[in-house]
Amino acid sequence: MLDVVKTIPIEYYVYLSSLLFCIGVFGVLIRRNAIVVLMCIELMLNAVNLLLAAFSTYLSDAQGQIMVFFIMVVAAAEAAVGLGILVMIFRNTKSTDIYSLDSLKH
Amino acid sequence: MSLAVFLILAAASVLFALLVVFTKNPVHSVIYLILAFFAIAGQYVLLNAQFLAVVHIIVYAGAIMVLFLFVLMLLNLNMDTEPTQTGRWKLGAAIAAGMLLVTFIGALKGGIQLSAVTDHNPQVGLVQNLGRVLFTDFVVPFEIAGILFLAAMVGAVMVGKRDVTI
Repeated sequence: MLDVVKTIPIEYYVYLSSLLFCIGVFGVLIRRNAIVVLMCIELMLNAVNLLLAAFSTYLSDAQGQIMVFFIMVVAAAEAAVGLGILVMIFRNTKSTDIYSLDSLKH
Repeated sequence: MSLAVFLILAAASVLFALLVVFTKNPVHSVIYLILAFFAIAGQYVLLNAQFLAVVHIIVYAGAIMVLFLFVLMLLNLNMDTEPTQTGRWKLGAAIAAGMLLVTFIGALKGGIQLSAVTDHNPQVGLVQNLGRVLFTDFVVPFEIAGILFLAAMVGAVMVGKRDVTI
């Protein structure tokens, strides 16, 4: 599998990661369900993970993959706490619509 | 050969990511996101990062997305009629995300100068090498990550409890 380094330019991974990240940004902006917004944030984190792993392989350096592990740790902690907060919001407002959380505006 | 595999996996991940964003039903969004994660795990295998691929499947598809599905099930949100943003907001979001993509590609196009590594070590993504690096160079961040997990676990339990007196 090592011919990846020779046959695929690193730019391809950059483009793919940028595209996935922007799809995640678009999802965060366009969706009103807070759970789907959290899922789009996971998608953005994965785009960054993919780019770190690609650079790690192309430079033959393990540190990029260690960074991916730490990003996974943070993503898991974020998902657990974020979903806990969402369940609490749902208990109070009976919805996960982000527009039900506008009490700071009034 | 590997270029074809890369292109197929890239197309699959982009397609499933778009489906995550554009599907109305949140449960279907979770399923498509799991499929996108499998495509990304395929990219990791292609990059010779086998341990990362396995951990990615276990952590994301096995733990995080199951957590999402559980929350969707507990909140009973599997309906197709969820509110959507207005058309003007959608247009603005599309323009903003597109501009971000153009900025990324314009900034990174042709500007990546990797120092040529003469001898590629095929063992770099295997568990033996990663474990050695993780427990020697990165042992302090590793312990801090453990503390972060503990704090997140306690925080999630505290937030999720029904009546907490602080």
